[in-house]
Amino acid sequence: MPDSHLTPDDITEALPHRKHHHVDTPSSKFLESKKTRLVLVGNPNVGKSVFFNYLTGLYVDVSNFPGTTIEISCGERKGYTVYDTPGIYGVSSFNDEERVARDIVLEADVVLNIVDAVHLERDLFLTSQLIDMGKKVAVCLNMMDEAASRGIEIDVDALSDRLGVPVLRTTAIRKQGFDHLENFIATACVGNSDPHLHRHTHELLDRVGSQGEALLVLEGDKVIAERHGLEPGSMREMIYVERRNRVNNLLEKIVTAQDKGRSLSTAIGRISINPWTGIPFLGLILYALYIFIGTFVAGDVVDFTEGTLGNGYFEVYVKDKVSAFSDVSITVDILGENAAGEEITLESRDFDFKDGISSDPSLEKEMLAYRTKGGTAISYEFRNPAMVVLFGEFGLFTMTMTYLLFILLPLVIGFYFSLAVLEDSGYLPRLATLVDRLLNGIGLNGRAVIPLILGFGCVTMATITTRLLGTEREKRITTSILQYAIPCSAQLAVIAALLASAGLKATLIYAAVIFTVFVAIGTILDRILAGKTSPLLIDLPPMRLPHLRNVMQKTWVRTFHFMKEAAPWFFIGALSVSLLFVSGLLQLWQDFLAPLTQGWLKLPAESATAFVMGLVRRDFGAAGLYDMNLSVMQIVVALVTITLFVPCIASLMVMLKERGAKEGLTVWAGSWVLAFGVGGLVALAVL
Amino acid sequence: MGEIVAQRLADARKSSKGEILELPTDPELRSQCIRLGLSVGERFCCVERLPGGTVVAQAHRQEIAIGRGLADEISVLFD
Repeated sequence: MPDSHLTPDDITEALPHRKHHHVDTPSSKFLESKKTRLVLVGNPNVGKSVFFNYLTGLYVDVSNFPGTTIEISCGERKGYTVYDTPGIYGVSSFNDEERVARDIVLEADVVLNIVDAVHLERDLFLTSQLIDMGKKVAVCLNMMDEAASRGIEIDVDALSDRLGVPVLRTTAIRKQGFDHLENFIATACVGNSDPHLHRHTHELLDRVGSQGEALLVLEGDKVIAERHGLEPGSMREMIYVERRNRVNNLLEKIVTAQDKGRSLSTAIGRISINPWTGIPFLGLILYALYIFIGTFVAGDVVDFTEGTLGNGYFEVYVKDKVSAFSDVSITVDILGENAAGEEITLESRDFDFKDGISSDPSLEKEMLAYRTKGGTAISYEFRNPAMVVLFGEFGLFTMTMTYLLFILLPLVIGFYFSLAVLEDSGYLPRLATLVDRLLNGIGLNGRAVIPLILGFGCVTMATITTRLLGTEREKRITTSILQYAIPCSAQLAVIAALLASAGLKATLIYAAVIFTVFVAIGTILDRILAGKTSPLLIDLPPMRLPHLRNVMQKTWVRTFHFMKEAAPWFFIGALSVSLLFVSGLLQLWQDFLAPLTQGWLKLPAESATAFVMGLVRRDFGAAGLYDMNLSVMQIVVALVTITLFVPCIASLMVMLKERGAKEGLTVWAGSWVLAFGVGGLVALAVL
Repeated sequence: MGEIVAQRLADARKSSKGEILELPTDPELRSQCIRLGLSVGERFCCVERLPGGTVVAQAHRQEIAIGRGLADEISVLFD
């Protein structure tokens, strides 16, 4: 390709010739603020959030950008409304995050551009584009400590001079340079844009709202062009090549780098992508995750939160309170251990309160005395259906609250914490590189490994994460695999317990069937969906030690949003099961499914209940199989079916939101066919 | 340096060095390559080549992972 310089003729030719009309966009309303809009912009992993947290403090508002599922944080700082944007490589429309960042940058009064001093080649491309957009820009040259340790010297004054905007040296994690940050932002100014470009963006100004929009129209941005009734320009590549050359020339003049040899971070980075060392390295990380999430969070923490706090204190407290005036029968089991160390019920007593506990103080006293006899399990049987729905075994204010606060919340925190650590360490892009070729086989590229791994934690959470994938096709394939073939951690725990009792052969058959389905779904979708796999093209940031405050902040924001999004659906799910239970429809459902469960899957009639529970919570579905006295091979059939069966209700709702009603419902209905189809085939083979 | 023959980036071996001759035809992919620093005439070093053909190339100090399909479409001159 020839070295292409822009000439005025090129530009005139590329100029669209239609009259401008002003358009109010959802983003301009979203960003409406009486104060100066300060927008933080930077490439991924440059430490942008540290700046955002420093500037805005604790009071941050996080909301979905209009028309998208991307969350934007916004806070206040004397005289400014500060907006964070997703990490981007340039202002354009190659994916959702870029489109959102683009719209926010267009509305910005001042742009604070965070630049990684170690990766100026990459980052200054965005800086130059922001300057070409005619925005008031101030540049923070971050990670100066790392640049110094790598022997990279930057002539900051020359850089500032050439760009025409102020440049500040910072090391965000140590808050170095932050004393001057506020005064520095006030010095932001319009920089030296490419002279040719500048002239021609100006010619477009009367047709579009701003220099920024004019530039994006010239760069062929369809959305911005359409907003002003213009044809998108055809010069993106020329402008990009020119900009790339400008950045490279600039760097030759301002950067002197001595090769200080491989640093530890480079060495670890290389180890993680070399197949011989990378796979054991991945094994080590997965093992660490298993220890942290599987053993510590799901085991020790949840045992305490669910067992002690949830069931032990919270539910008993709530049920005792509402039992005061309600017709209830309370069964108290005194627990102990047998010779083999298993927990058994030593003795048991029923206490019947026809008009509530408060109506019979002597019986209450007796019950309370009985309850103090060591370890107890207390169950409440309400006779009023409304009480059952609200406070019974599956009650909204009992089970659902326990589930959300004492099981799901610790798990979600654990997962998001681990994800943030992996993300900030720079490992995830390397993992994507390592598994890229494997995932190509099922129509995905390496980036899809992140939602797929998260799926083993929580499919709902993973479905939300499919947002980071580049194309609709990849989102579709990943969502389908997640919803069909990946059991979430809650379900895995129950499945593992059942398989442990069923033995090695059963476990192998189960794993082989699920893995086959996993690969088959990907392969089939890859064949039938239009388009092809988008190739992997990602930068590998340096490996770094994550910063705890930053990790906590990410964990908190994501957990809060997940709970806000998912919680209502857990309530609705629990309510529907309770209603089915109270109204006797559960029995009807069993009869209805009997031909499938008994005839086709060769399972007992009660297994139909497991499937209705599975509609709401995946682990309930599997847990229902515990008490059924199934044969070893029946366990395999039942587990295969329940794993492939529909996702939990929260996951369904998130999928409908992310993928739309048509696609979501197709996947959902498809999982009925898949689960019973494959389950039946396994039954034919082994029973 | 021996005779120079244009090859594909996908043929790179670990530690092989060269120069980029041509970018893929898809305009969006071309633009993304240029943004990351992979433009025509740029020098690179192959840091890693994974089984199956995913290539990790370093241009300046930036490491970039390139999937097999894309590496196939990038013409390069090895030293």
